[in-house]
This record gives sequence, C-alpha cells and structure tokens, in this order.
Amino acid sequence: MTKLKSRHILGISHLDREEISFILDTAESLKEILDRPIKKVPPLRGKTIVNLFFEPSTRTKLSFELAAKRLSADTVGISASTSSVVKGETLIDTARNIEAMRPDIIVMRHSMSGAPHLLARYIDSAIINAGDGTNEHPSQALLDLMSVKEHFGRIEGLNITIIGDIAHSRVAHSDILAFSKMGAKVTVCGPATMMPPGIETLGCHALYDLRQAVRDADVVMALRIQKERQGMALFPSEREYARVFGLDTSIFSVIKESCVIMHPGPINRGVEMSPEVADSSRAIILDQVTNGVAVRMALFTLLLTDSREE
Amino acid sequence: MTGKVMSAILLKNARIIDPSRDMDLTGDLLIQEGEIAEVGPGLEGPEHALVVDLNNKWVVPGLIDMHVHLREPGQEYKETIETGTRAAAAGGFTKVACMPNTSPPNDNEGITRFILDRARKAGNCQVLPVAAVTMGQKGQGLTEFFDLLNAGAVAFSDDGVPVRKASVMRLALEYALNFDALIISHAEEPELSAQGCMNEGLTSTRLGLKGIPNAAEDVAVFRDCCLAELTGARLHIAHVSTKGAVEIIRRAKARGVKVTAETAPHYFSLTEEAVEGYNTFAKMNPPLRTEEDRRAIIEGLRDGTIDAIATDHAPHESLSKECEFALAANGIIGLETALPLALKVLVREEGFSPLEIARLMSQNPASILKVEGGSLEKGKSADLTVIDPDLTFTLERDSLFSKSFNSPFLGQSFRGKAILTIMEGQVTFDLNGLLKEG
Repeated sequence: MTKLKSRHILGISHLDREEISFILDTAESLKEILDRPIKKVPPLRGKTIVNLFFEPSTRTKLSFELAAKRLSADTVGISASTSSVVKGETLIDTARNIEAMRPDIIVMRHSMSGAPHLLARYIDSAIINAGDGTNEHPSQALLDLMSVKEHFGRIEGLNITIIGDIAHSRVAHSDILAFSKMGAKVTVCGPATMMPPGIETLGCHALYDLRQAVRDADVVMALRIQKERQGMALFPSEREYARVFGLDTSIFSVIKESCVIMHPGPINRGVEMSPEVADSSRAIILDQVTNGVAVRMALFTLLLTDSREE
Repeated sequence: MTGKVMSAILLKNARIIDPSRDMDLTGDLLIQEGEIAEVGPGLEGPEHALVVDLNNKWVVPGLIDMHVHLREPGQEYKETIETGTRAAAAGGFTKVACMPNTSPPNDNEGITRFILDRARKAGNCQVLPVAAVTMGQKGQGLTEFFDLLNAGAVAFSDDGVPVRKASVMRLALEYALNFDALIISHAEEPELSAQGCMNEGLTSTRLGLKGIPNAAEDVAVFRDCCLAELTGARLHIAHVSTKGAVEIIRRAKARGVKVTAETAPHYFSLTEEAVEGYNTFAKMNPPLRTEEDRRAIIEGLRDGTIDAIATDHAPHESLSKECEFALAANGIIGLETALPLALKVLVREEGFSPLEIARLMSQNPASILKVEGGSLEKGKSADLTVIDPDLTFTLERDSLFSKSFNSPFLGQSFRGKAILTIMEGQVTFDLNGLLKEG
C-alpha cells in the first residue's frame, strides 16, 4: 500500500485493516525522529495545518501541534472561546472561511457527533477528526493500537478489556472498532447505565463483572469517567464507582502476569485507577502519549505527501 | 386553471373507489355545482360538461391529512399557508388539519380565524385548524375550547410538545367531554427522550448519537389511553412509531376506549438506518425506528389499530437542516410523498387494496375529525382525487410545491401519484391539464 484510500480521517469505521496497518507502519518509522537531538524534518514544509478545537483539550491539541511542527508544517490553533462561534456563525460558515485561507488539513474537535462528517461534505481540505461528541476519536485508537503492537509485537489474538463509561466514550467506540478490526478480542465492562444498546454489534462483548472481564486480558484499559458528558449522574458516587470498577492494586492478583494497563488520559486518580496502578511498571500510559505524536505525524504525512495519489 | 369553478365535469371510465360504500368499480362520475351529481355506468353529462376519459385511473374521495405544520403565522420562511396548501393539493389532499405550534401558537380564536382566512384566500385546500390544548402550549392552563371550536378549530393538541403533566391531560380530556371534542396526543415522555436525537438502538450506538428509546413513546401512549379510559373522552394518538404503542392502542381499543391513531408514511417506509451518515433529512420526532417497529406499524394499519395515515408535514428551511445532527430541526415534508409511499409500500409491497388506502387517507380522518369527506356518494361535496397508479416520476427538489425540501426521499423514483385534485368542485391541482378548456 502506498496511499490511503480515505481523503479524511473521520473515524476508524471509515478505515479498513490494510489502511490501519499502513498508518501504524508509517508511525513506527517516524517515531525515531522524536528521539533525535534535532527533532525536525522537512517533508511538510509550506503546508498549513489548522487545529480547530470547539472543545477544551490539552493533550490531543498539543500532540497534533507537535506532530505538525516535527514535520515542519505551519500550525494555527483556534479554540472555541476565541472563535466566531460565540457570535452565532454556523459551523459550515466557520469552516468555509478557514478554507478560504487555504489550509491543507483541518484537525477538528467538536462536542457533537458527526460534525467533522458534516464539514467533509462542504470543504476541500483534508479533515482529521480529533474527537466528535460521543462518536469517534480515531487518532487515539491508532495510538493505542501502536502502543499495544509495540509492547506485544502483534495485535491479532490479544484480549483487550476496556472498562468504564462505554456509552459516552468516543475513545471506547474507536478502540472497539480498531482492535476488533485488527483481530483482537475486545471485552467491555462498566456500569450498565454506561453501556449503550447493541454494543456487541461494534465487535466486542460486554461483561458487568470487572474481575471476570480482566482475568484473561492482555491489555486492560480504564476510561476516564467523564462527568461533563452526562446529563445526570449515571452511578451513585465516585466512591462506589472506584470500589466496583476502579483499578487498584488488588487487580494485580487477578490479571495475567503479562497484562499491561492503559488509559487515554487524563486520569482521575483514585476513581477509575489508583495512583499505585497508574504509576506501576504494568502501565504503558506514557508510551501511549509518545506514540500519539508519532501516529499524528503519520496521519499528516499520509494525507499530505505525494504518496497519496490525487 | 387552479381555482376555477367548472360548472360541470364528467369523469368517464374511472375506477371509482368509495370506502363509504365499500365500492370499487369502473364507472363514470358527474360533478355539477360543486357536488357529486351522479355516479354510475354510462353517464351522460349536460351538453356544456367537460368530459374527461380517465381510462381506468382511480378516483378516490379527496385525501385528508389530519396532521400538518403550515408554519404560518411566524415561520413563513419555512412554509406559508399558501405554499403548504398548494403542496397539499399537489399531493391529492382536499383537507389538511394544521397543528398549533406556530409562532405565536394557535391558542386563541384570533389565530384560528387568521389561519382560516388565509386558507380561504389561497383556495388550494380546506384547512382545519387544530388548536392548542394549553395556553402557549405550556402544559398548564387550558385554552378556551368553546371559543376555539366556534371559530373553526376541529381538535386540540399541543403537538410538537407533549402535555407533560398527566393531571393537565386528564383535565383536557374531561373538559373536552362537554363538546365531544377530540384531543390529539403527541405522546412522548420527555424525561426519557431528553437530548435524544434519533432512535435508541444499534444505529445510535454506531453513530455515537444520543437515542430516544421506544419506551419514551410507549409509556406516554399508555398514560393517555388510561386517561381516555378514565374520562371516556375521545383521544387520538399522533404519529405512532413503535411496536409497543401499536399493541397498547390495540388493547385499549379492544377494551372499548375511545382511542384512534395515525402513523406517518415515513414510519412504514424507513428505519433508523436512514440516519446513517448523519442525514438530518432523516431526523424527526418521534424518530425512525427499527424494522420490527416498521412491520408492527404496517400490521397496525392492516388490522385497523391505526386508523389513519397523516404526514406530519414539517417543512424546515435549509439552515435548520444543514448543521450538526444534534442541532438540526426535527421533521420532514410529507404532503407530496404520502400517496406515492402508500402506493409503493402498502399497495405494491404489502398488498393493501386501493379501498383500504382511501379509508386510511380519507374516510377515517374525516370521521375522526367529524368533518365531511371520505365519500363519493351522490350529493356530497365534490372533493375528490384522481390517481394515476402507474405514473412514474422522480422526486426532485425543484418540482416540489412546498417552500421547503427537507425530504429523505429526494432523488427517489416512484410509481403512482395524484394527477388531479378537485375541492368543492374547484380544480386545485391538474398535473397534465386534463381539465384545461378549449
């Protein structure tokens, strides 16, 4: 494979297995740049990347920005608080105006599912979905794949267990699709109030018992409990959540010796994961963050360089 | 030709479908002075009569849509009474009942009279205003039923929003008893539907959209059926979309509760999968459900649990639909696709007879609303629709009479539509110029 079939990165649901492998291979080869003394290469010189963030983000925004800079692209960041959205401009108008200034890629985060899909119908720039509502967060899933592959040397055949708010997590959504597409077996676990209907149709199976869900896992991923996405409390208290679904050191006696712990961040320490677990040698959470930059470099490269035929 | 009163029209060799007499046979029909003057074989009209050979096309009583949104007053950029009734005539309708969620809402005599006045001036289709149940559709104090009925309202509904409190719904049903008035329920439990923007199910999970469970409709339908039973008043359930609601209504009817129900063509034609790709033209409330629900709706229509097909014609300007899915307005236009969809899905796919369609789209709505219609008997007002069941066409944005084009059926091909609509003897739609004189 020498090019992506997709013009945009809207979601894992739009990518096939071959494309995902291609992105991961590219990311692996680019990662070494991050360890050089001079962390900059020229391939995207003269290209412009706009980070259009309608929702607060620290890690993802910084990761995209660093990825662009490592490749010598120019970046501009727009966040909701400074945008014309507050003046009542429609999303389509905002995007068309940005488009008129000729960027090459728009990286977009929005609180509503399908917002990047909407823009993709109206503008010509490539769009990377950096998280849309409760739908998808494809670059996060790609970096999770990369981290797992880096650790185990493969993805196929592994047992991946995702714990937490499955219904409101775009990370869970993209991860379920991504890991199952790559041949892993995905199990999700969480309060039934946070389990969407028909979750199995995404390619996973659901369990309510944490210990049962993690027993055979090669990877246990805890999700951030996102209070900001919930209309009302979906569990009685953080205390109870931590006791039923939180990962603390007692989990080490249940999980396999080789099992690793992941988290997309930011962690609510003491809620979904105790500090001892987050800081343990089992955790590969910071590797995920590093790989995030590499994966995003790969996405920019593949969307912008000549390897993608027009 | 629209609006011109023809002194006499003789429709020859028509397939005359009259549900009021259970009649479906080939014959002629003479219209004189706004009335159906004669129906039978081998009719001879007066010398000046305009004679049209229909060549076995169907003649049905003028279609009646008991659930439309005409948007006037207040949202004339979406639709006006003039454009909405023109779309109605083009869809074969001679009467439409318009919901009160205008701006301001139709909660007083003045607005009811305004709507009727506008409709009369347009002359495309008779408009039957449905007035609000509560002042400002706020779910609190009742509107003046007596006054509104005198002004021309045919029923009461807070459509667009449910009557939230069971106590207020009970009060409305009880008060309606005084006038034998009809209460139309937009059955939705807002505590369960809040923030939802499509059906809760596999597709909502796949698209990451907040869902509305069937239960939001079912519990509200059940509540209102219980209240109709308690009070003995006449209740009509609007836009039924779930399997559960069909079953609840079926049982209530069996117990003798005075409940009737309608569904919209999209609920027997489409499922939640139409939302795929964040298609805002497939966003409505209640939302498109699953295939299982669609099947149940069709069975409900077949066994008479659902009495009527109503479009819930809900025009929206493009701005309300070309946006983020969760922000997009609910509703689609339906007046110009209702009959084609009924012919496609119910007649061709499901084997409904033309007589059954005429019952669902004319006779039953007339009897629920207690207005004249649904009959081709001699002496009745000449409200009728000529249908060419074999005419093929593609639904194009530019050919729509509605001011808006928010339809999930754009670009689709259909077979069968209304080609001539006559209201009180006046030609309100004539696709092929059949009645063009000279």
